[in-house]
Amino acid sequence: MHKESEIRDPLILGNKTYHDITRDIARPVEGKANKYWWILFSLSVFLFLWGVGCMAYTIGTGIGAWGLNKTVNWAWDITNFVWWIGIGHAGTLISAVLLLFRQKWRMAINRSAEAMTIFGVVQAGLFPLIHMGRPWLAYWVFPFPNEYGPLWQNFNSPLLWDVFAISTYLTVSTVFWYIGLIPDFAMIRDRMSKTISPMKKQLYTLLAFGWSGRAKHWQRFEEVSLVLAGLATPLVFSVHSIVSMDFATSVIPGWHTTIFPPYFVLGALFSGFAMVETLLIIMRKVVNMEAYITIKHIEYMNVIILFTGSLVGTAYITELFMAWYSGVAFEQYAFLNRATGPYWWAYAAMMSCNVIIPQLYWIKSIRTSFIATFILSIFVNIGMWFERFVIIVTSLHRDFLPSSWTMFSPTFIDIGIFLGTIGFFFTLFLMYARTFPVVAQAELKTILKSSGSEYKNKTHE
Amino acid sequence: MYKISKSSLILSISLIVIGLLSSIYAFMDDAHAAWTSLVFNNYFFLGISIFAVFFVALQHVAEAGWSTVIKRVPEAIMTFLPYACGIMIFIVVAALMHWNHIYHWLEPGIMTVGSENYDKIIAGKEAYLNPIFFLVRSLIYVVVWIYCAKRLRDISLQGDLEGGLGDKAYSKGITVSAWFIVFFAVSSSMAAWDWIMSIDTHWFSTLFGWYIFSEWAAIGFTTILLFCLFLRKQGYLQDLNQSIIHDLGKWVFAFSVVWTYMWFSQFMLIWYANIPEEVTYFMERIELPNYNFLFWFSAGLNFVVPTIVLMSRDSKRNSNNLIVACIVILIGHWINSYLLFAPGTLHDHGHLGFKEIGMGLGFVGLFLLIVFRSLTTRSLEIKHHPFLEESKHLHT
Repeated sequence: MHKESEIRDPLILGNKTYHDITRDIARPVEGKANKYWWILFSLSVFLFLWGVGCMAYTIGTGIGAWGLNKTVNWAWDITNFVWWIGIGHAGTLISAVLLLFRQKWRMAINRSAEAMTIFGVVQAGLFPLIHMGRPWLAYWVFPFPNEYGPLWQNFNSPLLWDVFAISTYLTVSTVFWYIGLIPDFAMIRDRMSKTISPMKKQLYTLLAFGWSGRAKHWQRFEEVSLVLAGLATPLVFSVHSIVSMDFATSVIPGWHTTIFPPYFVLGALFSGFAMVETLLIIMRKVVNMEAYITIKHIEYMNVIILFTGSLVGTAYITELFMAWYSGVAFEQYAFLNRATGPYWWAYAAMMSCNVIIPQLYWIKSIRTSFIATFILSIFVNIGMWFERFVIIVTSLHRDFLPSSWTMFSPTFIDIGIFLGTIGFFFTLFLMYARTFPVVAQAELKTILKSSGSEYKNKTHE
Repeated sequence: MYKISKSSLILSISLIVIGLLSSIYAFMDDAHAAWTSLVFNNYFFLGISIFAVFFVALQHVAEAGWSTVIKRVPEAIMTFLPYACGIMIFIVVAALMHWNHIYHWLEPGIMTVGSENYDKIIAGKEAYLNPIFFLVRSLIYVVVWIYCAKRLRDISLQGDLEGGLGDKAYSKGITVSAWFIVFFAVSSSMAAWDWIMSIDTHWFSTLFGWYIFSEWAAIGFTTILLFCLFLRKQGYLQDLNQSIIHDLGKWVFAFSVVWTYMWFSQFMLIWYANIPEEVTYFMERIELPNYNFLFWFSAGLNFVVPTIVLMSRDSKRNSNNLIVACIVILIGHWINSYLLFAPGTLHDHGHLGFKEIGMGLGFVGLFLLIVFRSLTTRSLEIKHHPFLEESKHLHT
């Protein structure tokens, strides 16, 4: 028999019954959206459309519309790409790694975290696509039997590995997400009235794949979840390791460093958890999930943010130290310039947002406060964007030839595309929050009798 | 309470005798090679014992319940830490006294302009690689590690005696563990740079510290698992159920893969960029015939064996299977440990042979004796721990 220690805090508050959970989770799907939702949604769609305009302009006129130059030939595009890929990391970590660790607190947050992963990877995918200049030829990145003669993809290039890694990650994450959704779609299907909303009923019937809740279905469900978790866990590592290799396989000082793969993975988890918090703290208010996404969930995530942030910090220091220790003049200059050169402010922003500010989570009252967490999570989001900017632009802008030394400044198109992806991301997430069960209610019900507050109180008496 | 069986005692003492004899022979035969053998064997067991401290700390801060019934095992393993640290400090002092020549950068004149030994790149590292700072750093690491190990052991016992939920020992354990982890995050990397990476003085790799940590984790989990299986076979640890063994097996598997990931990341990036300053490290290991086989063999062993043998659920629930896998993993990492040191100190005349194995067996004997003795000092049965029931009824 399963036991749970009395000292563990409840994960479901407010003496819920099984039926309460069903009702709470189905409400946002069945009900009407409130004013806040519409305000946020309109704003997001506006940003998204603005971004679409900037993308169209880029494709129409060429990459020259961006602020790139011969020296800094990669800047916001790849920064945004890596940033979004990083954000797409926490979801699969929460669903896969925490499933393997049997962490029950994942059940309240995994659905939304996985959604965030998929929407984040979608944004990331846009950047290589528009960077191609002729996106209608994007299928050329895939190796397939062709008539171009001996022209093949460069299999030695980490950029091609990226194509494979990210598309595999997106596929597995989507399947994982969808499998988890099936019982919950069935729940919504069963509650929909055939007469009042026949179209919706039909849609959810289709989505639920004929789920009946039989024991055999559950057995298959558990089995496939575990297999997918096993597959997804190495993928969490591989995706960002390979993204880091886009830089680390080169010979550019500041890019070529062996710590990059694990350090990028940790940074991605760090930024991913920050974005999960940003989203969930808003979502729990907007769609009333306060009983399920509790301060304990937030605290656990804050501990992970503190841990990964500090490790990322040790990686920063390690890089600085090794640059000096190596005795290689180029390495030494790259890091000196990074910290004290013309982009010192970006380095300072990165250090303070990613390393110093998260140290506040050592204080219990800060890591158990929704408001403080929300503010700190925004800092981390900003800091991790700057980390990629620092790595990319400060390593490039001082070329090997001092005559090529230059600076980078973004055009309004660069900025517009980035804001556009933020708009697109929130558009997708807000639509998701109104049409999907945002908490994995079927899974959550399995812990109600062991981690629900009512049960906890009973055992204490 | 554990009682050392006669056969265990005889085994460990005879291993110690073998170790002593091989050491005497090794030092008389080729002192330079013998010092290398001593430092790498000691590194291996130092890694196992410091990881036991990290394991206990990690369980505290992660509020992990599953491992409660086996916590005496890492607590016993960490009692070897003072011995391993003592030997390490002895090696460091001996290096400073020029009794051994493990650390090339300590050669006289190497940092003096005009000397025939002068090496510009090494001289550039003087601010970090200088005898006093080296000794002071080494002392700081070992003193703090040993202190934290002792604190965690005391707190554990205090929790058993005090009893009661949410007790003082429980929260004190979390505080000490958090501080230890913060210190260890920095000191494990720095110790790896100091004691190992500085042997190949010109060479540098930012990943090196984390790579060494992953090796310590792999051999640490493996050793904990082996002791658990041994104690259960001897009739102790009756609450140790198959699910806990299964979970430990998962950790061994996971960290074998993490080690491979670190190994590959470091190797692949250096191989790919092919920068002369960096590739020398791997050239020495791949192109010298005395290391070539060991290099690929240990990497293969450490990855392929756990992947094949520990992938399935059933195999992680089969004790005999686990014992074989664990022993192979330990041997693989032992060979890899040799490769961390020998190419840098012995260059083309390093040879992994009977003297190294003999000294290694001596360390095994000493390690077993210390850990067994430590197991006899406190009851193997845990009392009053807030997560005890979770661990006893663990079911996966």
